[in-house]
Amino acid sequence: MTASGAMSLEQLSGDTLKVTLSGDWKLGGDLPGADKIERTLQDRAGVRQVVFDTRQLTSWDTALLTFLVNVHKIGSRQKISVNHDGLPDGAQKLLGLATAVPEKTDARQPEGRVAFLDSLGNQTVYLFRSAGEFLEFLGDAVLAFQKLLRGKAQFRLTDLGLIMQAVSAQALPIVSLICFLVGLILAFIGAIQLQLFGAQIYVADLVGIAMVRLMAAIMTGIVMAGRTGGAFAAQLGTMQVNQEIDALKTLGISPMEFLVLPRMLALALMMPLLCLYANIMGILGGMVVGVGMLHLSFIQYFNETAKAVGLWNLGIGLFSGMVFGVIVALAGCMRGMQCGRSASAVGDAATSAVVTAIVGIILSTAIITIICNVLGI
Amino acid sequence: MTETEAHITVRDLTMAYGDFVLMRDLTFTINRGDIFIIMGGSGCGKSTMMAILIGLKAPAKGKVFYGEVDFWGGDPQTRDRIIRRAGVMYQSGALWSSMTLAENVALPLETYTDLTPNQIQEVVSLKLALVGLAGFEEFYPAEISGGMQKRAGIARAMALDPEILFFDEPSAGLDPVSARRLDDLILELRDSLGTTMVVVTHELASIFAIGNNSVFLDVSKRTMTAMGNPNQLLAETRDPNLRLFLTRGEKS
Repeated sequence: MTASGAMSLEQLSGDTLKVTLSGDWKLGGDLPGADKIERTLQDRAGVRQVVFDTRQLTSWDTALLTFLVNVHKIGSRQKISVNHDGLPDGAQKLLGLATAVPEKTDARQPEGRVAFLDSLGNQTVYLFRSAGEFLEFLGDAVLAFQKLLRGKAQFRLTDLGLIMQAVSAQALPIVSLICFLVGLILAFIGAIQLQLFGAQIYVADLVGIAMVRLMAAIMTGIVMAGRTGGAFAAQLGTMQVNQEIDALKTLGISPMEFLVLPRMLALALMMPLLCLYANIMGILGGMVVGVGMLHLSFIQYFNETAKAVGLWNLGIGLFSGMVFGVIVALAGCMRGMQCGRSASAVGDAATSAVVTAIVGIILSTAIITIICNVLGI
Repeated sequence: MTETEAHITVRDLTMAYGDFVLMRDLTFTINRGDIFIIMGGSGCGKSTMMAILIGLKAPAKGKVFYGEVDFWGGDPQTRDRIIRRAGVMYQSGALWSSMTLAENVALPLETYTDLTPNQIQEVVSLKLALVGLAGFEEFYPAEISGGMQKRAGIARAMALDPEILFFDEPSAGLDPVSARRLDDLILELRDSLGTTMVVVTHELASIFAIGNNSVFLDVSKRTMTAMGNPNQLLAETRDPNLRLFLTRGEKS
């Protein structure tokens, strides 16, 4: 059974409206609204005062108070005084408390819909600003790197070691799995087509070149973007929230050198190694299909791969890997450093770090591919 | 304290976030050896004031002088050099969470001194002992209580024997006894080292116990309305807002 309250209105001698409340005035119950009073007041001009009779009110909670606040607002709109004397003591006091501090009118954020052109303009300004921020961050990173070359950068070698371990050795299982499967998938796709010509042996070429030149680096880059880029952003973001970065700044230690540089260095150094390992896993994946399904011999497959994959391919792959490493580290650290001071901001930073890194990886792959094409390598 | 030498001078300072002006026309002087309280209600810009004094946020207008040097007028290098002589205790401690307490305190020493690892070890132990954390060297910040984190934050701020120590709400979130101990620590450090202390707080007990100079930021008037010894202010003020603040709103 839901509790319910009732209200009846009665006009006393001339200018007074008596509001009689009865029953249970509780949240969730079936209650009359204050708009009924407003309509009554509009109908009967000449009312100057509202009084309450609550002798039959059995119980009440916030529901009664919100009703009374609404009556108050109606009263002040129509310049009618609201007399509290008939209300329960507790309600009178709470109402007094709620109206003790006047509403701060300039504190409310302006609401309402933003016009399309406004929001377009804001987005554009935001885009330009974030491009500027990115360039600034990049510049700072380059300066920090320059300091490193002069042997003046301040960071702890133990930090570098720990980060290097986290971005390389600990990433091996996932990189193994992903690249092995990508190699396998490539081989499958190739095998079906190549079998038509009886040219199964070229599966080795296909898998070898694709993995070594491009796929291993891209797949490793994307894995690292999700695994490490997000982690960097979350780490630095949390440090921002805890004022740890402020603490570094006030000690005159550049967060760029102390936090960003070792992360960039670790990824730039470890990514080529990871790529090399990913190459091997990818070729192994292809080999499983070649040997298991296409009945090539192990030696045949190995020789064909060795013949197909040139040093240039390997070089381009490892170089791409290093570039992706720098991109992932930059994106992660930049979003972390730009993080706001709340838990949800840390989440946003991690998300946008991953997105930024993946977009960066794909863009730079396109650029590298075009350059290689023009140079004919 | 007979000789009074200005340590930090703030002149016609305006603090703002974008178009929103938080406080304007702030002019006050912090003398050497003062325990200077920046007080005011919530949201009045106490912490922003501190961010400006320690070089984290540029003022919208006005100047800050450390001694004779214009803090925000110069280049970032000058600012770094000045602020290196200051220590800051942040509201939550802001210890570097990936390092032990010993490493936290040691980092400034490793960065700016030529001490050997052994000497650094000794200094770190001493500083931690000073704040009552002897034996906690190998703990990580997450493993100790909030009060201990704050004290460790002070130990780190004191690592380089700074001339000025800034405290952001030192007793917020502490039980009364720990808060009292922290106050005693601040007094003790000032008396024995002569360090200038700048304390941002609205904890009345602390304000009266340790402050010998203060500035009151009135949130409703968007400017400072009083400065001087808080005990004296309580006795003499006619400003209703300040009286309300200093007496917890009780009518006298």
